[in-house]
Amino acid sequence: MSPEDRKYTQEHEWIKVEDVATKTAVAGITDFAQDQLGDIVYFELPKVGENVTHLVKMGEVESVKAVSDLFSPITGEVSEINEKLLDHPELVNQDPFGEGWLIKVTMNDVAEAEGLMSAQDYDAYTAGL
Amino acid sequence: MKQGGNRQTEKLLMQRSVPGRVGAVLPDLDVPAQPLPDDALLRNELPLPEVSEPEVVQYFTGLSQLNFSIDTHFYPLGSCTMKYNPKINDEVAFQPGFAGIHPLQPIEQSQGALELLHKLQGFLGEITGLPAVSLATLAGAHGELGGMLMIRAHHLANGDTGRRKVAIPDSAHGTNPASAAMAGFEVVELASDKDGNVDLDGLRAVAGPDLAGVMITLPSTLGLFDTNIVEVCRIVHEAGGLVYGDGANMNALLGRVKLGDLGFDVAHLNLHKTFSTPHGGGGPGAGPVCTTSQLAPYLAAPIVTKRGESFELSTPEKSIGKLSGFHGNFGVLVRAYTYIRTLGDAGIKSISGNAVLNANYMMNELKGTYHLPYDRTCMHEAVFSADLQKERGSSGLEIAKRLLDYGFHAPTMYFPLIVHEALMIEPTESETKETIDAFIQALIDIDREVTEDTQLVNNAPHTTPVARLDEARAARQPDLRWQPDAAD
Repeated sequence: MSPEDRKYTQEHEWIKVEDVATKTAVAGITDFAQDQLGDIVYFELPKVGENVTHLVKMGEVESVKAVSDLFSPITGEVSEINEKLLDHPELVNQDPFGEGWLIKVTMNDVAEAEGLMSAQDYDAYTAGL
Repeated sequence: MKQGGNRQTEKLLMQRSVPGRVGAVLPDLDVPAQPLPDDALLRNELPLPEVSEPEVVQYFTGLSQLNFSIDTHFYPLGSCTMKYNPKINDEVAFQPGFAGIHPLQPIEQSQGALELLHKLQGFLGEITGLPAVSLATLAGAHGELGGMLMIRAHHLANGDTGRRKVAIPDSAHGTNPASAAMAGFEVVELASDKDGNVDLDGLRAVAGPDLAGVMITLPSTLGLFDTNIVEVCRIVHEAGGLVYGDGANMNALLGRVKLGDLGFDVAHLNLHKTFSTPHGGGGPGAGPVCTTSQLAPYLAAPIVTKRGESFELSTPEKSIGKLSGFHGNFGVLVRAYTYIRTLGDAGIKSISGNAVLNANYMMNELKGTYHLPYDRTCMHEAVFSADLQKERGSSGLEIAKRLLDYGFHAPTMYFPLIVHEALMIEPTESETKETIDAFIQALIDIDREVTEDTQLVNNAPHTTPVARLDEARAARQPDLRWQPDAAD
C-alpha cells in the first residue's frame, strides 16, 4: 500500500507537498518502481536551480537490470537533491518513500500536484500492470 | 569473495610473488649502461610479481580452463547468437597472405585481399537485397551510427532540415536509441501492439514532416517477425522518412527474406553473430552497412571498387566519411567470407531454417512451464517471463543463476523491457536436438526446484569456481585492479 500523504504518476514517481505557502515539495520513485528496477547502483539527478517539467525526463536511474529515465512528477525549480544517493543509491531500495527521496522542488503551481493520482488509484494502476 | 575448490584461481599472480624468485635470467650487460633521464620516468617503483615461469604458465592455463565458451558449452544467450564458429574460418584467416598483410601496403600488393572484400560486399548486398555495402564499421552499434548518419546526410542534402525525430519500437535492440541520439536525432518510442508488432496507429501519429525515419529490429527482440512490416515501411516512406534495419537477428531470415524487398533503406549486419565469427569477449566485431543504390553515395569510406581487372579503395561521392582507421576488421571479414563460401546457397538457407525450428521446438516444449507473453510462432529466439516462478519465490535472475549449475550459460535476462522477468532464449541453429532437450529438461527441473527447494535456486550457483557474486556492490563500489595494500 502506497502512503496516502502524497500523489503519484503513471511513470512511478511520487510527490509530497511539504508547504503550500512556499510551494515546496519533495519527490521520489515508488516502492513498485524500486522493486521492478532491482538493486539500484547509480542516479543521475538534475542540478539544484534547474527547471523540471511535469512528465519530462529529469534524470536517469541505473540498476543491475537496466538504465531507465526518471520523469519529473511536477513543474518547478529544483531546490535540493538528495546528495546521499550519490554514494548510497541503495537507500531508494530500502526506503523509497522516506530516506530515498530524490529531489526537492519549488513548484510553479501547487494545483498541478493535486491533479495527480491518489495512493489508492496508483495501487490499482500498478495491480493492473 | 566466496570461492569454490579451484586452487588455480585462489591467489592472484601478485599474491604468489616471493622476493628474489625469477622466471628468466638475462645475460650480463655487454654494452655501456645508458641511464634514463629522471624526468622521463613515470614512477620509481613497479611492483611486478616475482614468480617462476612454470607458475606463470600454470596460473594462466588454469584461468583459461575456467573459460565458458561456445567451444565448451551450450550458450543460449538471447539475441547474441552464440552459435558455433567453424574452425575452417580461423584457418583461412590465419593464412599468411591474409594474416600478415598491412593496411598501408601498396594497393597492387593487396589485390587478393581487396578481391575478397569486394566479393563479400557483393554477397552481403545480395543477402540483404540492399546492393551497396561498406565494410568499414566495426560493430553492430557502429553500423547503426553509420546508417543513421547516412539518413541524416540524405535529408540535409535534400534541404530537409526539419526532420529531427527517429521513431524506435519498444521491442528494438537497446543500442538503437543511443545510435539515433549519437547521430543527432530526438528519439520517440513506438509501443508494440498486443501481438508484439509495431502499433500502426502509434506509427501514423508520429509519421509527419519532422520524422527522419524509423529503426526496426527484424525479427524484434521479442523473437517475432513483424507481420505488418511492409505497411510500416510504406507509412514511413509516405511521410518522407527512411527505414533503418537492425540486422542483428538475421540468422532468422538468411536466404528467405531480403530486407530491401520489404522496404528497408539502410541496414547493418552483425558478421560476428550471423556470419559466425567469434564474439562475446568485447570483439572484434564487424557491422557492415548495406543500402539502396539511392543512398549508396553516403556510405562510409572506404569501399572496394573494381576497375577493369583490378581492385581499389574508393570514397563514395557524398560519403559520411571514415568511421574506422582502415578497412574494417579484416580478419573478421575473412571469416565471414569463408563461412558464406563454405555454406553456399542451400547452406545459407538451412541456417534460418534450423534457427527458427530449434527456437520453436524449445518454445513449445517450455510454454507449459514458463509463461510465454507473446504466444505465436517465433523466429530465432523466444522470450519467456519468469513471473509464475517469481510468485513462488524465485525471480528470473535466480533461475538464470541456477542454470549455471546445470552447465548451461544463462539466457539474456530482463530484456526486452516490455516483458516482466524476461528470459530471452536463443538456442541457435548449430546445436543438436539432444543438447536442446537437455536444456529444456534443466529449465523444467529448475521450475520444480523453485517449488520444492526455493533456497537451492536462490543461492545458486553452487558448482561454479565462484559462488553468487554481489552484482550491486560490484557496480556501486567497483574494485577494478589489484593494489599492494588491499586486504584481499
